[in-house]
Amino acid sequence: MSQFLIYSVASVALFCVGLYGLIVRPHLLRKILALNVMASGVFLLLVSVARRNWTEFADPVPHAMVLTGIVVAVSTTALALALARSIQAETGRTSLGEEDDAP
Amino acid sequence: VSAVAVWVICLPLAGGTLAFLLGRRLGRALGIATALGTPVLSVWLASEVWEGGPGRYALGGWGAPLGIDLYADGLSATMLLATAAVGAAGTLYSLGYFRHPLGGEGWSEVDVFWPLWLVLWASLNALFLSADVFNLYVTLELVTLSSIGLILLAKEPVARTAAMRYLLAGFLASLAYLMGVALLYAAFDTLDIHTLGQRLTPAAVSSVAAALITLSLALKTALFPLHFWLPRAHASAPGPVSAVLSALVIKASFYLLIRLWFELFPAAVTPAAGQLVGTLAAGAIIWGSLQAIRQRRLKLLIAHSTVAQIGYLFLLIPLAAPIEGSPAVGPPPWGFDAWSGGVCHAVSHALAKAAMFMAAGTVIHALGSDRIRDMRGIAGRLPMTTFTLGLAGMTLIGLPPSGGFVAKWLLLSAALASGQWWWTLVIVAGGLLAMGYVFRVLGQAFLQPEGDDKIQPVPRVMELTSLAMALGSVLLGLRPVELLLLLGIGSPLAAGAIP
Repeated sequence: MSQFLIYSVASVALFCVGLYGLIVRPHLLRKILALNVMASGVFLLLVSVARRNWTEFADPVPHAMVLTGIVVAVSTTALALALARSIQAETGRTSLGEEDDAP
Repeated sequence: VSAVAVWVICLPLAGGTLAFLLGRRLGRALGIATALGTPVLSVWLASEVWEGGPGRYALGGWGAPLGIDLYADGLSATMLLATAAVGAAGTLYSLGYFRHPLGGEGWSEVDVFWPLWLVLWASLNALFLSADVFNLYVTLELVTLSSIGLILLAKEPVARTAAMRYLLAGFLASLAYLMGVALLYAAFDTLDIHTLGQRLTPAAVSSVAAALITLSLALKTALFPLHFWLPRAHASAPGPVSAVLSALVIKASFYLLIRLWFELFPAAVTPAAGQLVGTLAAGAIIWGSLQAIRQRRLKLLIAHSTVAQIGYLFLLIPLAAPIEGSPAVGPPPWGFDAWSGGVCHAVSHALAKAAMFMAAGTVIHALGSDRIRDMRGIAGRLPMTTFTLGLAGMTLIGLPPSGGFVAKWLLLSAALASGQWWWTLVIVAGGLLAMGYVFRVLGQAFLQPEGDDKIQPVPRVMELTSLAMALGSVLLGLRPVELLLLLGIGSPLAAGAIP
């Protein structure tokens, strides 16, 4: 049980570090990386949930969820990276920049 | 329910995939055929719910808890029907909007429009039919990713940054949702909504999961002050895409929120949490309307009006949830009024906002600009589109006999019955402010035009489909009985309703 506690505290820490990075860092690549750090936090929690009762076999449902979650995160990251490159190619910027808030 | 619940998801999914593989000419034909066939299945499924009540479908014969169930009740059927209506109209509209030579070399947006459009439709249908919190996560992601693909069909650089902002916000929201799901599974060992709802106990882990999931869905629905990504993303998308984004995509995460809030979280949320959501909703109505009045571009005005109208949707949460002093067991007697008022608003807003964004696309097509200043005198040159803007505006303001009026009436009566009079002030003020931005557009339209510049001729089908949507949103108010009866099927709040 204490092992489960260590993993779950670590996953919450990763989630919070990633959230901080997403909010504070303006560079798009850093934002995308920060989101992936957050994703790792969630996946770590799911993987440790599979073994929370410490029986002989791990619970397969969280494993299936992690696999699906990784697929979703990889596709979203791919789209985000492609989009970041096309923003840089078109505007030369690597951040979202001050959006012209003019109505 | 029968296997039609599977076909309503698989048909657009298969059609979208094949449309991608078959190339331009065949793909377009297949896309149109699929888009016109899917509403038939949606109506079929809704009629099964209407006659047979709520039902489950065990995919592959594996029922919950081992398998993943589909579940259809009145709420799912209503959302499916709204999706079918807006999807079919958007399909017809886009035939006029994207007019490309079907031959020719090189990339064109029509190559990816049909696949993305149909995949979005399939994932919306799947979202409205899933009864499993993890399956819902996957469908939410599919909805977001295909919406972003559709936004990127716009060529302007501003669409790129808007889509990026939407993508980052959507990714963050999906991670928060998944974290909530992981906590719920760790504590209660199931992913099925109904089983989870029975097992959920008031505990710290339930409250944290409820907070994470509510925040995530509020970000995806763009509830004030988490709406920062919405106006640019919705305004810079191509015409039919803007219509679907504002009409359906934000409603998908809202649908999920009310389903979870009333079927999963009753044990985990307090009246204070409901009042907090209500305060944000009030902020959305006031702030969004004021911003809409300030806008100089038609599409940005409509997008900010969406921010405001989202507020009305979320008002159902403080109004339908139990408050201090309401009966301890079962839903409060005014709960169904508030709940059905909110859903009724979701449907009438979907029709009206689709009509408005389609009309805005027509205006851009005709004038080459959506500056409200340039719309001077369009009433004489685009009478049908001006009429559409007027009718849809009527629903947004909530004038009788529109669907918006019925929704606001239900919300108002629930607010008074529950003694929460402060929300009535917000509902009424929001209507007045909506009048402000609707008449800014209409006022300009009826001015004497300066000079007589010729306008581009507009395909008839664009004007007709947007008019049909606007008429639908008004006619809904003349005959809301069937909608309310359908919503009552399987509603968790219908038990408290006075028949």
